[in-house]
Amino acid sequence: MAGERPRVGLFVTCLVDMMRPSVGFAAAKLLEDAGCTVEVPQAQTCCGQPAYNSGDRADTRALAEQTIRAFEGFDYVVAPSGSCAAMIKEHYPTLFDADPALKAKADDLAGRTWELTSFLTDLRGMTAVESAFTGKVTYHDSCSGLRELGVQAQPRRLLASIPGVELTEMVEHEVCCGFGGTFCVKYAEISNKIVTAKTDFILASGADTLLAGDLGCLMNMAGKLQRRGAAIQVRHVAEVLAGMTDQPAIGEAADNPARRRA
Amino acid sequence: MESTSHAFKDNARAALANQTLQKAMKHVKTGFIDKRAKARARLPEFDDLRDVARDIKNHTLANLDFYLERYEEKVIASGGQVHWAPTGEDAVKTVLDICRRVDARVVTKGKSMISEEIALNQAMEAAGLDVVETDLGEYIIQLRKEPPSHIIAPAVHLTKEQVEADFRHHHRELPSERSLSQPEQLVAEARQMLRRRFLEADVGITGANFLVAETGTSIIVTNEGNGDLTQTLPRVHIVVASLEKVVPNLEDVSTILRVLARSATGQEFSSYTTFSTGPRRPEDLDGPEEYHVILLDNGRSNMLGGEFQDMLRCIRCGACMNHCPVYHAVGGHAYGWVYPGPMGAVLTPNLIGVDEAGHLPNASTFCGRCEAVCPMRIPLPKMMRHWREREFERHLSPPAVRAGLAVWAFFARRPKLYHFATGLQARLLGRLGRAAGRFDALPFARGWTQHRDFPAPEGRTFQQLWAERRGGRQNGKPR
Repeated sequence: MAGERPRVGLFVTCLVDMMRPSVGFAAAKLLEDAGCTVEVPQAQTCCGQPAYNSGDRADTRALAEQTIRAFEGFDYVVAPSGSCAAMIKEHYPTLFDADPALKAKADDLAGRTWELTSFLTDLRGMTAVESAFTGKVTYHDSCSGLRELGVQAQPRRLLASIPGVELTEMVEHEVCCGFGGTFCVKYAEISNKIVTAKTDFILASGADTLLAGDLGCLMNMAGKLQRRGAAIQVRHVAEVLAGMTDQPAIGEAADNPARRRA
Repeated sequence: MESTSHAFKDNARAALANQTLQKAMKHVKTGFIDKRAKARARLPEFDDLRDVARDIKNHTLANLDFYLERYEEKVIASGGQVHWAPTGEDAVKTVLDICRRVDARVVTKGKSMISEEIALNQAMEAAGLDVVETDLGEYIIQLRKEPPSHIIAPAVHLTKEQVEADFRHHHRELPSERSLSQPEQLVAEARQMLRRRFLEADVGITGANFLVAETGTSIIVTNEGNGDLTQTLPRVHIVVASLEKVVPNLEDVSTILRVLARSATGQEFSSYTTFSTGPRRPEDLDGPEEYHVILLDNGRSNMLGGEFQDMLRCIRCGACMNHCPVYHAVGGHAYGWVYPGPMGAVLTPNLIGVDEAGHLPNASTFCGRCEAVCPMRIPLPKMMRHWREREFERHLSPPAVRAGLAVWAFFARRPKLYHFATGLQARLLGRLGRAAGRFDALPFARGWTQHRDFPAPEGRTFQQLWAERRGGRQNGKPR
């Protein structure tokens, strides 16, 4: 332990790394605001869910081992994703029944791993963030974070501390958006039906900004909203909590005037 | 019934394009979910009861041979007969033998998914029997010659306008100018048509929600009272039930009943919970002269002791499908066999093979809502994943998926190479997508861009930017 400041390894997630690094920087800022030292191991790639949920146990184990090694020695491991955090926390320990040494390491990592908003509030006791964001937001509860890790009140509690944020709940905010990882391309028509229903509820909420804690779901919902011509902005909740919304919203171009709200 | 599970994708596509079905499916969402949530909220110990219910079934499954033999003894002691049926064909043959022996002509049936599983109606009709489904939903789909689309609401895929049209078509003897626009009128008409059939029946067939080892009792849970008339009026009552319906004693039944109706329909208790123990005794005023129980295995004993054993806890409440976004989208018929929704996605490959039903455990987002509401705490997503593992091991998953996964995993397992490749990809896509902020078509992601835009990446990866911005201060290597 580095004295009072816990040493946190940021599990970036493959989607944030590739698609939206600003979420990673927002997460790092929030963690530092919460009194942590943040480091980013370069030996991380993906938590392994695409392999795990496709039935590919060998690659899943290899990626889990890689993640376990990359995050050895950190006090905590935090991911800006309920889905990836749940993979490490709930599923890694089930992968190594035949290997007690690795199982012990997986258990150890699981015990240190947190979803971002849950870590900030439940562990670090953060009750307020500093953010100048203004907007009427609606929040989608991504499935893994909600049902495997109990993430629901935490992001809302922090959002409520931002003076400019008004939260308006959509109907069925706890229902799947239809992303489901590879599901959305393997069963594209069904996924489309589910995300169409989801975006109906998002639009009916009257919000100008959609937030969630998982980039996969956000890309799915943003993509559908934009295909439908909706003007609603879509962001990862960390961006708003950190007050780091200089980047265009997900899927928006830099010169889109719609995003330039005061 | 003949399976079309292999054609799940085509079935789903047709279901999504069927506007009448889509209209009918809205009721699943609005009806079942709110009612269950309210029933659960009224019972603070609901989740504790789920634990107890799970433990009861786990104990029973761990001692299944003991409880089944005990149950058989008790049935025999009460004057009934037990027939062990390893396969569906065995069960069907037993039913037909009994019907032939008692010279049956009309057979009434209470709602039974097992009878769907073993295609009993088709076999009885082929043998010249007049088979009458007496549950309202089953009656409707029997008129339509359709299988059920839900395990407790077999006609949930239909609108009331469709039912009205069916009744007008089939009930020709009734006045054509009658009003049938209200659900109550439809119910009254079905009741009127069925009443005569109940009295004509020679044999009544029901399923069972529970078989009680302590007493040799079979129990059905219904809301229409049709099950009671089916099993008490004819000369012969045949119960067709699968092995895992057995529970040790009446106390256990009452515990599981407390979670069953709440999970299924949001009722605290179903309208009728009917206990049958043996045939009519000399002092009884009514009841059948013969009481038979057909205990069906049909692949279930293979699930014992394996990774699918937990599925045998299922009490067929339907909560998993009522809460499933995929079921809501495509309805029950798309699943292509008897059991739809999440429970079907796990059970069907066990019963008819994963070669035939391989799509079902894949057609899930793993949202986990099914497991969250399951009264028996069955880990449905976990077991669907087990099927995916078996498919992957046996090379049953689509070649394109396997190839894509192999390439991805090759990179993901080599962090340096991975970061180099994602860096290039982010830069390329970022540059191409900069003007619009997104893509409305991408050649390698058609499944995505057919239906939604794909956001452009920001252009650099987090790892690249972090190394640039923070690299001087922290090397990012764990100590």
